[in-house]
Amino acid sequence: MSEKKNKTVINAEPGKQELFITREFDAPRELVFKAHTDPELYVQWLGPRDLSMSLETFEPVSGGRWRFIQKDKDGNEFGFHGVNHDVTAPERIIGTFEFEGLPESGHVILETTKFESLPGGRTRVTTQSVYQSVEDRDGMVAAGMESGVVDGFERLDEILEKMK
Amino acid sequence: MARIPTTHDPFNAVAEPKRRAILDALGPAERSVNEIVELLGWPQPMVSKHLAVLKKVGLVRERRAGRQRLYRVDMGKLKPIYDWVTPFERYWSESYERLDEVLSDIQKKEK
Repeated sequence: MSEKKNKTVINAEPGKQELFITREFDAPRELVFKAHTDPELYVQWLGPRDLSMSLETFEPVSGGRWRFIQKDKDGNEFGFHGVNHDVTAPERIIGTFEFEGLPESGHVILETTKFESLPGGRTRVTTQSVYQSVEDRDGMVAAGMESGVVDGFERLDEILEKMK
Repeated sequence: MARIPTTHDPFNAVAEPKRRAILDALGPAERSVNEIVELLGWPQPMVSKHLAVLKKVGLVRERRAGRQRLYRVDMGKLKPIYDWVTPFERYWSESYERLDEVLSDIQKKEK
Protein backbone atom coordinates (compact mmCIF):
# COMPACT_ATOMS: atom_id res chain seq x y z
CA MET A 1 0.00 0.00 0.00
CA SER A 2 1.26 3.46 -0.80
CA GLU A 3 1.81 5.83 2.10
CA LYS A 4 0.34 8.86 0.45
CA LYS A 5 -2.91 8.64 -1.45
CA ASN A 6 -2.71 9.93 -5.00
CA LYS A 7 -5.10 12.82 -5.41
CA THR A 8 -7.14 13.88 -8.42
CA VAL A 9 -6.60 17.59 -8.99
CA ILE A 10 -9.05 19.55 -11.12
CA ASN A 11 -7.96 23.00 -12.11
CA ALA A 12 -10.60 25.27 -13.64
CA GLU A 13 -9.60 28.91 -13.61
CA PRO A 14 -12.57 31.29 -13.58
CA GLY A 15 -13.41 32.79 -16.98
CA LYS A 16 -11.46 30.28 -19.08
CA GLN A 17 -12.67 27.76 -21.65
CA GLU A 18 -10.37 25.00 -20.48
CA LEU A 19 -9.78 22.84 -17.46
CA PHE A 20 -7.09 20.40 -16.39
CA ILE A 21 -7.41 17.07 -14.59
CA THR A 22 -4.17 15.74 -13.10
CA ARG A 23 -3.54 12.45 -11.32
CA GLU A 24 -0.49 10.31 -10.51
CA PHE A 25 -0.45 6.51 -10.50
CA ASP A 26 1.82 3.94 -8.87
CA ALA A 27 2.29 2.10 -12.14
CA PRO A 28 4.56 2.49 -15.19
CA ARG A 29 3.47 4.60 -18.14
CA GLU A 30 3.00 1.69 -20.57
CA LEU A 31 0.55 0.06 -18.21
CA VAL A 32 -1.43 3.23 -17.47
CA PHE A 33 -1.65 3.90 -21.20
CA LYS A 34 -2.80 0.32 -21.80
CA ALA A 35 -5.61 0.78 -19.27
CA HIS A 36 -6.85 3.66 -21.45
CA THR A 37 -6.71 1.74 -24.75
CA ASP A 38 -7.55 -1.88 -23.86
CA PRO A 39 -11.36 -2.20 -23.93
CA GLU A 40 -11.41 -4.96 -21.30
CA LEU A 41 -9.46 -2.77 -18.87
CA TYR A 42 -11.20 0.49 -19.81
CA VAL A 43 -14.68 -0.73 -18.83
CA GLN A 44 -13.34 -1.77 -15.41
CA TRP A 45 -12.55 1.75 -14.26
CA LEU A 46 -14.16 4.57 -16.25
CA GLY A 47 -17.00 6.17 -14.30
CA PRO A 48 -18.30 5.93 -10.75
CA ARG A 49 -19.03 2.48 -9.30
CA ASP A 50 -22.80 3.01 -9.23
CA LEU A 51 -22.99 3.51 -13.00
CA SER A 52 -22.90 0.54 -15.34
CA MET A 53 -20.65 0.95 -18.34
CA SER A 54 -21.39 -0.23 -21.85
CA LEU A 55 -18.74 0.26 -24.52
CA GLU A 56 -20.55 0.48 -27.87
CA THR A 57 -17.64 1.46 -30.10
CA PHE A 58 -13.96 1.53 -29.18
CA GLU A 59 -11.24 2.15 -31.76
CA PRO A 60 -8.17 3.37 -29.84
CA VAL A 61 -6.18 4.41 -32.92
CA SER A 62 -5.70 7.74 -34.71
CA GLY A 63 -8.93 8.38 -36.63
CA GLY A 64 -10.87 5.79 -34.63
CA ARG A 65 -14.29 6.36 -33.11
CA TRP A 66 -15.61 5.63 -29.63
CA ARG A 67 -18.97 5.63 -27.88
CA PHE A 68 -20.09 4.45 -24.49
CA ILE A 69 -23.25 4.54 -22.41
CA GLN A 70 -23.36 4.78 -18.64
CA LYS A 71 -26.55 3.78 -16.86
CA ASP A 72 -27.59 4.56 -13.29
CA LYS A 73 -29.70 2.43 -10.93
CA ASP A 74 -32.92 4.12 -12.07
CA GLY A 75 -32.21 3.24 -15.69
CA ASN A 76 -31.19 6.73 -16.78
CA GLU A 77 -28.70 6.49 -19.64
CA PHE A 78 -25.84 8.88 -20.30
CA GLY A 79 -24.25 8.54 -23.74
CA PHE A 80 -20.88 9.94 -24.79
CA HIS A 81 -19.03 9.74 -28.09
CA GLY A 82 -16.10 11.17 -29.98
CA VAL A 83 -13.25 10.61 -32.44
CA ASN A 84 -9.63 9.88 -31.64
CA HIS A 85 -7.53 12.42 -33.49
CA ASP A 86 -4.12 11.14 -32.35
CA VAL A 87 -3.33 8.02 -30.34
CA THR A 88 0.44 7.76 -29.79
CA ALA A 89 1.52 4.97 -27.42
CA PRO A 90 2.43 5.44 -24.65
CA GLU A 91 2.52 9.24 -24.71
CA ARG A 92 -0.78 10.82 -25.58
CA ILE A 93 -4.38 10.54 -26.68
CA ILE A 94 -6.00 13.52 -28.39
CA GLY A 95 -9.63 13.45 -29.38
CA THR A 96 -13.10 14.93 -29.26
CA PHE A 97 -15.68 14.30 -26.57
CA GLU A 98 -19.40 15.00 -26.61
CA PHE A 99 -22.06 14.35 -23.97
CA GLU A 100 -25.25 13.22 -25.70
CA GLY A 101 -27.54 14.34 -22.89
CA LEU A 102 -27.40 18.06 -23.61
CA PRO A 103 -30.49 19.88 -24.99
CA GLU A 104 -28.69 20.43 -28.31
CA SER A 105 -25.87 18.57 -30.02
CA GLY A 106 -22.62 20.14 -31.18
CA HIS A 107 -21.13 21.09 -27.82
CA VAL A 108 -17.86 19.29 -28.51
CA ILE A 109 -14.82 19.24 -26.24
CA LEU A 110 -11.22 18.78 -27.39
CA GLU A 111 -9.34 16.56 -24.97
CA THR A 112 -5.59 16.03 -24.79
CA THR A 113 -4.40 13.38 -22.35
CA LYS A 114 -0.66 13.14 -21.71
CA PHE A 115 1.09 10.25 -19.98
CA GLU A 116 4.35 11.25 -18.28
CA SER A 117 6.89 8.86 -16.73
CA LEU A 118 7.88 9.71 -13.15
CA PRO A 119 10.77 8.29 -11.08
CA GLY A 120 10.06 5.03 -9.28
CA GLY A 121 7.94 3.51 -12.04
CA ARG A 122 5.17 6.02 -11.52
CA THR A 123 3.08 7.96 -14.05
CA ARG A 124 1.39 11.33 -14.21
CA VAL A 125 -1.73 11.64 -16.36
CA THR A 126 -2.82 15.16 -17.34
CA THR A 127 -5.96 15.85 -19.34
CA GLN A 128 -6.60 19.26 -20.83
CA SER A 129 -10.23 19.77 -21.90
CA VAL A 130 -10.99 22.74 -24.14
CA TYR A 131 -14.64 23.74 -24.39
CA GLN A 132 -16.35 25.91 -27.00
CA SER A 133 -17.24 28.53 -24.41
CA VAL A 134 -16.80 29.39 -20.75
CA GLU A 135 -20.52 28.61 -20.29
CA ASP A 136 -20.06 25.11 -21.72
CA ARG A 137 -17.20 24.42 -19.35
CA ASP A 138 -18.92 25.77 -16.27
CA GLY A 139 -22.09 23.89 -17.17
CA MET A 140 -20.13 20.65 -17.24
CA VAL A 141 -18.11 21.22 -14.09
CA ALA A 142 -20.59 22.71 -11.68
CA ALA A 143 -24.06 22.65 -13.18
CA GLY A 144 -24.08 26.34 -14.08
CA MET A 145 -22.30 27.60 -11.01
CA GLU A 146 -19.56 30.18 -11.17
CA SER A 147 -16.49 28.08 -11.71
CA GLY A 148 -13.22 27.78 -9.95
CA VAL A 149 -14.83 26.43 -6.84
CA VAL A 150 -13.42 22.98 -7.31
CA ASP A 151 -9.90 24.14 -6.48
CA GLY A 152 -8.78 25.70 -3.26
CA PHE A 153 -10.33 23.12 -0.96
CA GLU A 154 -7.19 21.10 -0.35
CA ARG A 155 -7.27 21.12 3.41
CA LEU A 156 -11.03 21.08 3.66
CA ASP A 157 -11.07 17.95 1.51
CA GLU A 158 -9.32 16.09 4.29
CA ILE A 159 -11.68 17.36 6.96
CA LEU A 160 -14.79 16.52 4.95
CA GLU A 161 -13.33 13.09 4.25
CA LYS A 162 -13.21 12.47 8.00
CA MET A 163 -16.83 13.61 8.39
CA LYS A 164 -18.18 10.85 6.12
CA MET B 1 -33.99 36.60 -12.82
CA ALA B 2 -31.84 38.93 -10.75
CA ARG B 3 -28.88 37.40 -9.03
CA ILE B 4 -29.03 37.09 -5.27
CA PRO B 5 -26.45 39.46 -3.79
CA THR B 6 -23.19 37.74 -2.84
CA THR B 7 -23.53 38.83 0.75
CA HIS B 8 -26.69 36.75 1.25
CA ASP B 9 -25.89 33.63 -0.71
CA PRO B 10 -23.33 31.10 0.59
CA PHE B 11 -22.98 29.61 -2.91
CA ASN B 12 -21.94 32.95 -4.39
CA ALA B 13 -19.83 33.71 -1.34
CA VAL B 14 -17.55 30.73 -2.01
CA ALA B 15 -17.35 31.49 -5.73
CA GLU B 16 -14.85 34.23 -4.82
CA PRO B 17 -11.34 32.67 -4.70
CA LYS B 18 -10.16 34.91 -1.84
CA ARG B 19 -12.99 33.73 0.38
CA ARG B 20 -12.18 30.11 -0.40
CA ALA B 21 -8.58 30.84 0.58
CA ILE B 22 -9.81 32.11 3.95
CA LEU B 23 -11.92 28.99 4.50
CA ASP B 24 -8.90 26.89 3.60
CA ALA B 25 -6.62 28.89 5.91
CA LEU B 26 -9.05 28.36 8.77
CA GLY B 27 -9.29 24.64 8.09
CA PRO B 28 -10.33 22.78 11.23
CA ALA B 29 -8.87 25.48 13.52
CA GLU B 30 -10.29 28.48 15.31
CA ARG B 31 -8.26 31.56 14.42
CA SER B 32 -8.10 35.30 15.02
CA VAL B 33 -8.01 37.85 12.20
CA ASN B 34 -4.30 38.42 12.89
CA GLU B 35 -3.54 34.73 12.50
CA ILE B 36 -5.35 34.64 9.14
CA VAL B 37 -3.51 37.80 8.06
CA GLU B 38 -0.23 36.10 8.94
CA LEU B 39 -1.12 32.85 7.15
CA LEU B 40 -2.25 34.50 3.92
CA GLY B 41 0.00 37.56 3.94
CA TRP B 42 -2.87 39.87 2.91
CA PRO B 43 -3.65 43.32 4.32
CA GLN B 44 -5.84 43.11 7.41
CA PRO B 45 -8.75 45.14 5.94
CA MET B 46 -8.97 42.70 3.02
CA VAL B 47 -9.15 39.71 5.35
CA SER B 48 -11.76 41.44 7.54
CA LYS B 49 -13.91 42.37 4.54
CA HIS B 50 -14.09 38.80 3.20
CA LEU B 51 -14.46 37.36 6.69
CA ALA B 52 -17.49 39.62 7.23
CA VAL B 53 -19.17 38.19 4.09
CA LEU B 54 -18.44 34.62 5.17
CA LYS B 55 -19.87 35.40 8.60
CA LYS B 56 -22.99 36.96 7.12
CA VAL B 57 -23.82 33.91 5.00
CA GLY B 58 -23.14 31.64 7.97
CA LEU B 59 -20.12 29.81 6.60
CA VAL B 60 -17.90 31.18 9.36
CA ARG B 61 -18.78 31.54 13.03
CA GLU B 62 -17.41 34.17 15.38
CA ARG B 63 -16.69 33.72 19.08
CA ARG B 64 -15.45 36.28 21.58
CA ALA B 65 -12.60 35.19 23.83
CA GLY B 66 -11.65 38.07 26.09
CA ARG B 67 -10.60 40.93 23.82
CA GLN B 68 -10.17 38.68 20.82
CA ARG B 69 -12.65 37.49 18.25
CA LEU B 70 -12.03 33.97 16.99
CA TYR B 71 -13.35 32.51 13.74
CA ARG B 72 -14.01 28.99 12.57
CA VAL B 73 -15.70 27.30 9.58
CA ASP B 74 -19.24 25.99 10.07
CA MET B 75 -18.79 22.62 8.39
CA GLY B 76 -22.51 21.91 8.45
CA LYS B 77 -23.11 24.95 6.23
CA LEU B 78 -20.20 24.21 3.93
CA LYS B 79 -20.90 20.56 3.26
CA PRO B 80 -24.05 20.99 1.09
CA ILE B 81 -22.14 23.42 -1.14
CA TYR B 82 -19.21 21.09 -1.33
CA ASP B 83 -21.47 18.15 -2.23
CA TRP B 84 -23.21 20.13 -4.93
CA VAL B 85 -20.05 21.45 -6.54
CA THR B 86 -18.13 18.19 -6.73
CA PRO B 87 -19.99 15.66 -8.94
CA PHE B 88 -17.51 16.26 -11.76
CA GLU B 89 -14.59 15.93 -9.38
CA ARG B 90 -16.13 12.82 -7.84
CA TYR B 91 -16.60 11.27 -11.28
CA TRP B 92 -12.88 11.51 -11.94
CA SER B 93 -11.70 10.78 -8.38
CA GLU B 94 -13.74 7.59 -8.29
CA SER B 95 -12.77 6.54 -11.82
CA TYR B 96 -9.11 6.96 -11.00
CA GLU B 97 -9.44 5.08 -7.71
CA ARG B 98 -10.86 2.19 -9.69
CA LEU B 99 -7.99 2.53 -12.16
CA ASP B 100 -5.58 2.25 -9.20
CA GLU B 101 -7.15 -1.13 -8.40
CA VAL B 102 -6.99 -2.33 -12.01
CA LEU B 103 -3.33 -1.32 -12.27
CA SER B 104 -2.47 -2.89 -8.93
CA ASP B 105 -4.17 -6.20 -9.88
CA ILE B 106 -2.26 -6.40 -13.16
CA GLN B 107 1.04 -5.66 -11.44
CA LYS B 108 0.41 -8.37 -8.82
CA LYS B 109 -0.33 -10.93 -11.54
CA GLU B 110 2.86 -10.03 -13.39
CA LYS B 111 5.02 -10.66 -10.32
